[in-house]
Amino acid sequence: MRAKDVLGIIHAQNYDSLTAGELTTVRTAASVPYGGRYRMIDFPLSDMVNAGITQVGIITDTNYQSLVDHVGSGRPWDLDRKREGMFILPPCNTSSAIMSHNTRLSSIYSISDFLRKSRQDYVLMTDTNVLYNIDYQDLFKFHDEKNADITIVYKHGKAPAASGLMMFAVGDDKRINEISVSSGMDAGIETNFSFGIMLMRKSLLEYLVRAAVAHNATSFERDVIQANLQALKIYGYPITGFSAYMDSVKSFYKANMDLLNPENRRLLFDPAKPVDTKICDNVPAMYGLDAVVSNSLIADGCVIEGTVENSVLFRDVKVEKGAVVRNSILFQGTMISSNSTLNAVITDKNAVITPNKNLSGDESYPIFISKNSTV
Amino acid sequence: MARKNECIAMLLAGGQGSRLGILTKKIAKPAVPFGGKYRIIDFPLSNCVNSGIHTVGVLTQYQPLELNDYIGNGEPWDLDRTDGGVHILSPYQQIEGTEWYKGTANAIYQNINFIDKYNPEYVAILSGDHIYKMDYAEMLAFHKEKDAACTIAMLEVDWAEASRFGLMIVNDDGTISEFEEKPKNPRSNKASMGVYIFTWKKLRQYLIEDEANPNSSNDFGHDVIPAMHGAGEKMVAYPFKGYWRDVGTIDSLWMANMDLISPDAEIDLDDPTWKIYAKSPSAPPQYISDKACVRNSLVAEGCEIDGDVDFSVLFANVKVEEGAKIRDSIIMPGSVIKKNAVVEYSIIAENTVIDEGAKVGACEKDCAPGEWGITVIGENVKVGKDETVPVKAMIGEKEGA
Repeated sequence: MRAKDVLGIIHAQNYDSLTAGELTTVRTAASVPYGGRYRMIDFPLSDMVNAGITQVGIITDTNYQSLVDHVGSGRPWDLDRKREGMFILPPCNTSSAIMSHNTRLSSIYSISDFLRKSRQDYVLMTDTNVLYNIDYQDLFKFHDEKNADITIVYKHGKAPAASGLMMFAVGDDKRINEISVSSGMDAGIETNFSFGIMLMRKSLLEYLVRAAVAHNATSFERDVIQANLQALKIYGYPITGFSAYMDSVKSFYKANMDLLNPENRRLLFDPAKPVDTKICDNVPAMYGLDAVVSNSLIADGCVIEGTVENSVLFRDVKVEKGAVVRNSILFQGTMISSNSTLNAVITDKNAVITPNKNLSGDESYPIFISKNSTV
Repeated sequence: MARKNECIAMLLAGGQGSRLGILTKKIAKPAVPFGGKYRIIDFPLSNCVNSGIHTVGVLTQYQPLELNDYIGNGEPWDLDRTDGGVHILSPYQQIEGTEWYKGTANAIYQNINFIDKYNPEYVAILSGDHIYKMDYAEMLAFHKEKDAACTIAMLEVDWAEASRFGLMIVNDDGTISEFEEKPKNPRSNKASMGVYIFTWKKLRQYLIEDEANPNSSNDFGHDVIPAMHGAGEKMVAYPFKGYWRDVGTIDSLWMANMDLISPDAEIDLDDPTWKIYAKSPSAPPQYISDKACVRNSLVAEGCEIDGDVDFSVLFANVKVEEGAKIRDSIIMPGSVIKKNAVVEYSIIAENTVIDEGAKVGACEKDCAPGEWGITVIGENVKVGKDETVPVKAMIGEKEGA
């Protein structure tokens, strides 16, 4: 299949009940900040464009203000096109439950018109709580070679805490022989779990979703995928190397800290496959006379006069003289005043830490300071 | 016929900037990188947008490829507009033949049709050589209030340096009584900043007259402005206060970059009400390792730093390996400073490699009196292992390399 025959669909929200806690109370999963200057959606969006996909729909439900602000017209990804490009698909007819975006199944059903009008033969769906620099071209090749009906990207490892998570038994030929759907209680067991990326013919997706809705089904995973395991050829595409599945503040914290490892950065930021994001026109980062910075990722617009170690600083973070930041993640616009000390802290956007404060969490349980709050 | 624009800007970006040596071998001066992520032209372009001028003609002639590519459709400056926007104006073929821009005034003369299309009351003439933030709207208000034919932005400079500038002798009411071009014994310290606002009807007439004069060098400073003054047109000086630097020489370019990292910097690039826009590269945040020491510096995205960086400006995607030392230098995008190399008081242009153990430039205290200066390495150069590049040297790409 050719990339231009593939329609990209990005699910901007998590459908399961367990999400990245406070990080997603003010925003969708797609607009969770990551890695010093990105939002989670930048990765699937850039990967799709890098693979040659020309049309992408973003399904979103609530809290999508920050998402719309971030992606705008799709310009940073060259998706502000007259022909095709990027489409934001908010819920359109919320008076009917089946047209809402509460579940994966209803949200796909609610974009039936968009699917029908798109000229592409295939649909590539991806979630935004997963992070992996995937080569979709290779996924397309795999799907063709296996002559698969559905290909689902999976990872071998400890199951994340997510209800509705599909877990697979995969044969040597990569055919999925068994599917179980987690209720969220299977977190931590060693398994092959779905990485939220799925490829199939558009006509098949339309048919399966229509049939499931006609039978009053509610779960995409159970009633569409699991129920058709025998009838369809479902294959698993394994991924290895640096990846992250954000199911909690803790996993979010770890995924950011993992970027301090040069090998992980090399895998995620391949110069041949750039990750694009909204341009903010910040000045370069400024290091002051007393700055001491070590093993940290620093974004543009930061002004550092104090000490920063093992941390990820997003744009426009100010660290005043005498302040010490260790093992922390500071979102855009955070202000750390003089002589305050932070250890294992995540600050959401525009948080202010006033002078002489001492905040210490643990790497297994970082402290979270919510958006616009002052300590 | 386009919608009427009260004021449009014409930006003179055709100069070679020969005093910048190898830095302008392949690019025009306005395209020279500045301040970690900008190019010189970002300053007048951003000033225009921030001042509410949305139609800008950029006159290019010398090595325009990189500049044209950089400006593109003007999107980084919000100048990708249905009405107006940024336009690259290169010399073009006309029925009487093709002419290069003979001088600054001739460049505008050749684009009278472009300006007429927007039918403006006023035209701002700007140059792409200076680093400054200025509200042209205030200057325009001044021009209108004084009912002038021509307003020239003016800055009071140190008397000691006044003889380096084009000076104006200004009456109490703001009118200009006399011009002096780089006089030995200055009678004024009021320097022209190279920023002009003209009433277009007047300027149009003088440009046509100037073109008809075979003895004219077709230059604003030498010909058009003296002619207007001589004819008794009202010329006024608009007093500007704030940071303004000409970055036309290696020393002044280096100095202006260093101004940005000075603790009492006079120019604030981080002002949300007056942003300087630039085309941004797509690079991850910079990484400072546990072997690095970065102080008093401006560092852009995509840099990977394992060495020591002090009093320096690093553009995007610069790599500094372990043990390398960078002091008081400017490193342009994509350059690599390898292990244990030392770079001092230097400007390293784009995509250059300073190999292991090499030594580029020197501190003033390590030089004989009068010997010291800035060392410049051009783009795509490789300085070999353990090689020493002396102070004040200027090394360019080998021909055919």
